[in-house]
Amino acid sequence: MIAPATHASPDARRSELVRGLLAILPADSVLHEPEDLRPYECDGLSAYRHLPLAVALPATVEQVQAVLRLCHRLGVPVVARGAGTGLSGGALPHGEGLLLSLAKMKSILAIDPVARTAHVEPGVRNLAISEAARPYGLYYAPDPSSQIACTIGGNVAENAGGVHCLKYGLTVHNVLKLEVVTVEGERLTLGGDALDAPGYDLLALMTGSEGLLAVVVEVTVRLLPLPERAQVVLAAFDDVAHAAAAVGRVIAAGIVPAGLEMMDNPAIRAAEAYVGAGYPVDAAAILLCELDGSNEEVSEQIMQVRELLLANGATEVRTARDEAERQLFWKGRKAAFPAVGRLAPDYYCMDGTIPRRRLPEVLARIGELSREFGLPVANVFHAGDGNLHPLILYDANRPGELDKTEAFGRRILELCVEVGGTITGEHGVGVEKLAGMCTQFTAAELAQMHAVKAAFDPGGLLNPGKAVPTLHRCAEFGAMHVHGGALRFPDLPRF
Amino acid sequence: MAQDLTQELAQRVRAAYAAARPLRIVGGASKTWLGRAVAGEVLEVAGHRGIVRYEPTELTLTARAGTPLAELEATLAEGGQCLPFEPPHHGGAATLGGTVACNLAGPARPYLGACRDFVLGVCIVNGRGEVLRFGGEVMKNVAGYDLSRLMAGAQGTLGVLLEVSMKVLPRPAAELTLALEMAAGEAIARFNAWAGRPLPITAACHDGQRAFVRLAGAESAVRAARERIGGEVLAEGKAFWRSVREHTHPFFAAGGGLWRLSLPPAAPLAPYPRQFIDWGGAQRWVYSERALWEAAAAAGGHATRWRAGTGEVFQPPPPALLALHRRLKQAFDPAGILNPGRLYAGL
Repeated sequence: MIAPATHASPDARRSELVRGLLAILPADSVLHEPEDLRPYECDGLSAYRHLPLAVALPATVEQVQAVLRLCHRLGVPVVARGAGTGLSGGALPHGEGLLLSLAKMKSILAIDPVARTAHVEPGVRNLAISEAARPYGLYYAPDPSSQIACTIGGNVAENAGGVHCLKYGLTVHNVLKLEVVTVEGERLTLGGDALDAPGYDLLALMTGSEGLLAVVVEVTVRLLPLPERAQVVLAAFDDVAHAAAAVGRVIAAGIVPAGLEMMDNPAIRAAEAYVGAGYPVDAAAILLCELDGSNEEVSEQIMQVRELLLANGATEVRTARDEAERQLFWKGRKAAFPAVGRLAPDYYCMDGTIPRRRLPEVLARIGELSREFGLPVANVFHAGDGNLHPLILYDANRPGELDKTEAFGRRILELCVEVGGTITGEHGVGVEKLAGMCTQFTAAELAQMHAVKAAFDPGGLLNPGKAVPTLHRCAEFGAMHVHGGALRFPDLPRF
Repeated sequence: MAQDLTQELAQRVRAAYAAARPLRIVGGASKTWLGRAVAGEVLEVAGHRGIVRYEPTELTLTARAGTPLAELEATLAEGGQCLPFEPPHHGGAATLGGTVACNLAGPARPYLGACRDFVLGVCIVNGRGEVLRFGGEVMKNVAGYDLSRLMAGAQGTLGVLLEVSMKVLPRPAAELTLALEMAAGEAIARFNAWAGRPLPITAACHDGQRAFVRLAGAESAVRAARERIGGEVLAEGKAFWRSVREHTHPFFAAGGGLWRLSLPPAAPLAPYPRQFIDWGGAQRWVYSERALWEAAAAAGGHATRWRAGTGEVFQPPPPALLALHRRLKQAFDPAGILNPGRLYAGL
């Protein structure tokens, strides 16, 4: 889709771009030497790396506009980047393009404690918003596990989640207004300071669009009152099916926990060995159920939840005795990824979502696939909202093992789609799950997405090659994966 | 009576596309007045009805667009659950499709979310007559653009809604409405201050004389909050909020031009002679014989001509944004046959 504006050599194109950038930005905000570009070659999905032609670090909205106008004029692809913590390669540079880092735009412009909003630049870290709001008794609810490092601009691009989504929603539920810059360098306001805006819900469309529609330059989020109290219950089960059923019983009883996390035995063992959270290491699964609200409400619901869990197969139920123990219970869960990471040289984190009732069957099938591929798996599950993170353990230094791991991952995602779920709950498609998109959507649906993209960015310059695969790309994948005996894209030529 | 008309409806749209013949999409015809007039052949969606799946333990419900809202709410009530955004019906015939297309929400909106916040997935027919699915039946889903939430409030101009999956929530265990004597300006300040504290408030309005606050949640939480907020318990709390939601409250019976202002919740009280403040300050109903577009914009929000003469119904976006709207419309409905002009001219 992208035709470089000229047929000049990469060096000539780089020089032209850098010359243009230096007319807009101070010299220290334009990087183009290979050693300066290296830190930007990948995001959190480090298996994929590219060096961009250059990196631009604008500090103002006007500079972002000027940079985009330049790239638009030169026909240079633009990949926006926040903190680079994404796990799907969404911020992977384009080899012929500019990497636009928003890292310098990191001011908290205003906290309005009365209207309960924070107005911030895109490079502000997720956790920094809650820290700034805390003196007013407020916080920003979505809390992806990378919240100490990830930025709000990236959160908007990915529609980031976290462990509190069931009760407090995703990024899309917590953003009120966006200032964005289009590929032509035009500034637009989406949403507003009221609870709704006239016309199409472009705020929802922009959220989770992975940098393909526009560049986010300012964000207004809503803040919530800090709950008076939070308390966590840990329950052990000797069968994952019992744990999954118990979650259903808690929700059917009318309780909406603030967090509801499940770990399977390999994940429990890894976490326990790593942080010593006091987890029962022989359990087939544990559940962490957090309740928050007023003192009275939490006390009432803790009793209800304990009874429900015991009545539904829990072999042990513990309530954190104090805040220190609550933090410890969570520490194990939050350290699950690095803990599992110690078990093998590499791990690959999947991110499917499934209807929760299908969990026992999905875990059993992942177990079968694990044996088939000869690669171990640990499972961490946002049980409240059905978001499953199987962690596949492998060794990238063994020839062929990365390919095998990716093939295993694709099978897991196909399984998620098959049971009525989705290939990505919160990490995004990026470059990583393009094949999965072909499984989840029909050619007409993908074509509709491309038409939406073209309404914003007809030249396809913003983050090209990500998020929504071309139909040709699907045909290539489709040649490998045939579903239900029928090719998914029968009209496309195959070679 | 459940009935699946997917193929028939898609066929109708394909034929209209081929002939470039505009369609006027009709569900229960309960909110026809909420938008500009549409000239076109009527496309009836009400027959395409029935709950496809309701999984109380998953907190999800999927139904065909023509399903009556009343039927959905009755089914959810049996499961002890509800649509938390309290959709206004504006008549007995309201359907799920019309509810989502109009994206209206009742008094709980600022505390529990808008209609669009509970949309998980849709099945639509676009302007080419293609049947497409976006989103799904799970809470977390970031595969591809969020084209399902985009349908909320699009008034059918981007696609005919065939099926919608919604997130639902348990009904609160306890609920209580308090009436407080206070002036409107003070009410706005108090509503905002309360919303910044961890109180189980799910509605707050001022009817011109008194403030009303609804508490909902665990029994103990409601009891404790009642002590902190004070006021008198309103015996007919449920009926009161229903009257606010459905505009059967006496305030809405007065004659004259009725405008809806959607404003930042703490926007100062403007000196309109008759106004009803809802959504904890963020939605204000005002009688005015002159257009309030500029006044709403100056206060940081926007206006809707709810029931007030003729002209634009929705506040026109700035030109660059409107141009983007037109390109999006083109992307879904290249022949411009789906409810053309319903939101704005050229959409």
